[in-house]
Amino acid sequence: MWSLFLRDIRLSIRAGGGALTGVIFFLAVIATIPFGVGPDLKLLARIGPAILWIGALLACLLGLDRLFQADREDGSLDLLVLGNDRHMLALTVLVKCLAHWAGSVLPLVVAAPLLGLFMNMEPLSIGATALTLLIGTPAITFIGAAGAAVAVALPRGGLLISVLVLPLTIPVLIFGVSASYGAVADPDPFAQPFLILAALTLFLAVLGPVAAALALRHGTD
Amino acid sequence: MRLIAENLGGERGGETVFSGIGFALENGQALVVTGPNGSGKSTLLRTIAGLLPRAEGDVRIEGGSETFPTIASAVHYLGHLNAMKTALSVMENLRFWRDFNGDGQLGVEEALETVGLGGIGYLPFGYLSTGQRRRAAIAKLLVSHRPLWLLDEPTAGLDKASEERFAGLMARHCAEGGIVVAATHLPLGLDGAQALAMGEAA
Repeated sequence: MWSLFLRDIRLSIRAGGGALTGVIFFLAVIATIPFGVGPDLKLLARIGPAILWIGALLACLLGLDRLFQADREDGSLDLLVLGNDRHMLALTVLVKCLAHWAGSVLPLVVAAPLLGLFMNMEPLSIGATALTLLIGTPAITFIGAAGAAVAVALPRGGLLISVLVLPLTIPVLIFGVSASYGAVADPDPFAQPFLILAALTLFLAVLGPVAAALALRHGTD
Repeated sequence: MRLIAENLGGERGGETVFSGIGFALENGQALVVTGPNGSGKSTLLRTIAGLLPRAEGDVRIEGGSETFPTIASAVHYLGHLNAMKTALSVMENLRFWRDFNGDGQLGVEEALETVGLGGIGYLPFGYLSTGQRRRAAIAKLLVSHRPLWLLDEPTAGLDKASEERFAGLMARHCAEGGIVVAATHLPLGLDGAQALAMGEAA
């Protein structure tokens, strides 16, 4: 399993990997917002956490279609599915998700504080947003894995996956943003939405890979 | 260990591709599947591996050891695709499959020597020629032990010498008690090799 994790990490940073695509997209989205919204620093600071979350969410969805498709195109997916007796397929999917997260999504979390400066956010707000992204983005990857597994056989499945997955990621977005606001706006709570966010991630860490494994088993042809 | 298929039928997209296939293979035996294009050789192999649902009949392993109780756990499936990543080196690819599949047999370098690719393991897989890629995929069969080999056109793209070397590898696998089911036109040179001709009539 560790070797699968290492392989996917290596692939994401080598030529053709998607590690930087997401970060550049994230940067492009966040950098254009101040131009569109105008030079109202207070407004920017106020919408900052929400914009960072939306940007990160969309950037997460960007590379998801390659999660299983790349393996399907070169035949590896057949062998991963056949390996079910040794490594439960859901576990294989979970490891692939973690590798995808570490390779393509973690860079977004790392870039978020820097991009928070573009939005004139305070240090505390930046810290809270980065923390909620760190806890919340795995959930998006886990849901996305189920979507990617369903659409694995479609040649242009990228957009379909986004459309399938986006409605399911809304709870993650809501609790992520409200926890980020809770950390700075005084009467709003931080702990409750943050804990629900953590619970969502843990819950989807089980449900997502199981659903994806089911879809992959029935999707081979 | 025995591989038994009874009245096996397969379909693709609701269309029956073959039906009524039956065979029984003991340790050390091989089955050569021949037939024109579109006669269902690949579908048969994928159905045996369990990658496609069976339309009818049954295929199973009897008397498998504890390590290899089911077909999925006992099989090396070599399809049309090589299941190797072009961005990784040949060694990295093989090392991954060796770790993932377990039951290590030959070392990575040893396996590459065996298929005649010694000394180029450091190259990215994408730089290899078609025949070399196929040979690297064959090396994948050697790095982990599986008693049952399902081979779909294993020698596609191989030159004469490599074909002969591969026929030798299959013979050795059978001699060591393995089972080979291959869709190939290559004469295996094995005594116990059964033949299965698929076609319109089958």
